[in-house]
Amino acid sequence: MEIAFYLSGGVAVLATLGVITSLHPVHALLYLIVSLIAVAMVFFALGAPFAGVLEIIVYAGAIMVLFVFVVMMLNPGPLAKARERAWLRPRIWLGPSVLAAVLLAVLLATLWRGDPGPVVEGEMLTARAVGTTLFGPWLIVVELSAFLLLAALVTASHLGQAGSSREPDPTTAREES
Amino acid sequence: MSMLTPAALEALDAMRHVLAILLGVMVMAAILTVVERRLLGLWQDRYGPNRVGPFGSLQVVADLIKMLFKEDWIPPFADRFLFVLAPAIAMASLLLSFMIVPFTPAWGVADLHVGILFFFAMAGISVYAVLFGGWASGNKYALLGAMRVSAQTLSYEVFMGLSLMGVVAMAGSFNMRDIVAAQQNLWFIVPQFLGFCTFLFAGVAVTHRAPFDQPEAEQELADGYHIEYSSLKFGMFFLGEYLGMLLVSMLIVTLFLGGWHGPWLPPFLWFAIKTAALLVLFILLRAALPRPRYDRVMQFGWKVCLPLTLINLLLTGAAILLIAPAGN
Repeated sequence: MEIAFYLSGGVAVLATLGVITSLHPVHALLYLIVSLIAVAMVFFALGAPFAGVLEIIVYAGAIMVLFVFVVMMLNPGPLAKARERAWLRPRIWLGPSVLAAVLLAVLLATLWRGDPGPVVEGEMLTARAVGTTLFGPWLIVVELSAFLLLAALVTASHLGQAGSSREPDPTTAREES
Repeated sequence: MSMLTPAALEALDAMRHVLAILLGVMVMAAILTVVERRLLGLWQDRYGPNRVGPFGSLQVVADLIKMLFKEDWIPPFADRFLFVLAPAIAMASLLLSFMIVPFTPAWGVADLHVGILFFFAMAGISVYAVLFGGWASGNKYALLGAMRVSAQTLSYEVFMGLSLMGVVAMAGSFNMRDIVAAQQNLWFIVPQFLGFCTFLFAGVAVTHRAPFDQPEAEQELADGYHIEYSSLKFGMFFLGEYLGMLLVSMLIVTLFLGGWHGPWLPPFLWFAIKTAALLVLFILLRAALPRPRYDRVMQFGWKVCLPLTLINLLLTGAAILLIAPAGN
């Protein structure tokens, strides 16, 4: 299981680098999807298949589809690619990257110093266990997030209604509900 | 031969199962393409393809040869990488989903804890096949088809998951084998009839079969997202549709029709008979129903099916609590 963990972790890091460096927005999104699936594999390797599957269903399967959907509607042409290339000059990314690399080195050094013990245990965590924890000690958090989602739903439905007087495209109108 | 330890032999045996299931599923999907055309012909008072081989049975081979020898054309205005990737995603995500289907007590690839959730994950990923294919083609009709598919699939996947939660609550597990075992005495189609109906609608919509095939409506979109595809790449999309049909039928059999349970006949035969009946239902739907307008499809999903699944879940939860208040 440890090999699986490190392999998928490496894929996640590389794919995320791909997100930053790819010139085309759709290709960047593809890398992001791969990165999310790799993170799901990390969950699998850690013995939390429930979290891993949910990661794929919610992030890769729903949220990213909406991202791709919007980017495709905007349909960025070669112009966007040229602009992205102009932004990716070393003069622009070198400074922040060096600073971030120093912070990363500090983080790695701290992790190295401390005794993490057996990190990857691969012990199975079932959906039932997750459910009883969520609806037991963490019930208030679940209820609060339900409030938040309800508020978002009401807002989206209101915004969708406001534009309906001038007959919008049925696809976009439905997308918001 | 120190390699052939008992563990290795067991792994080899499992591999044999996996290969047999993979090939069987592919061949079934290929044969379905002809079965569908023959049945449609029957219901529409004509013959359908009946020239190649006895009763048209070799039509599959003829189609395959035709597809293999066509020019594999990638449009110059297409995004090459995504254009090639899309059909691969279409096939791979569906083939991977067959992993969780328990065919008989002994046959099946994986016995996952999260079982049915794995199917939802793969169904979520299969949307990208159409999205990327439609966008990478660089064609307006393809893009319109891709947009319709993604909106439709997202909407229908929402209550597809909810429609199965009643089954999961009654079986007390996401595991497919546990769900089949829970139906020993009573198939879930009886207590979960609402769930069965909504899952059937969602299944037809997610595989974008008629009457939910607006994404590939010939009249409006000239075949939608795979208009620019030719040769084997088109074949993969085409076969993917039939694989999806087969997968949804097998899932319905497992989740609502008791899987391999049944009197007298061996388990595999029961599974095959039930799956075949559902496949015929799929084809009959295409033969019998006209294609509704696109916005009606979306309204039906959000305003009828979603509330129905929520009511179903509520009633199921209440019934479970009433019958076994202690729970476990």
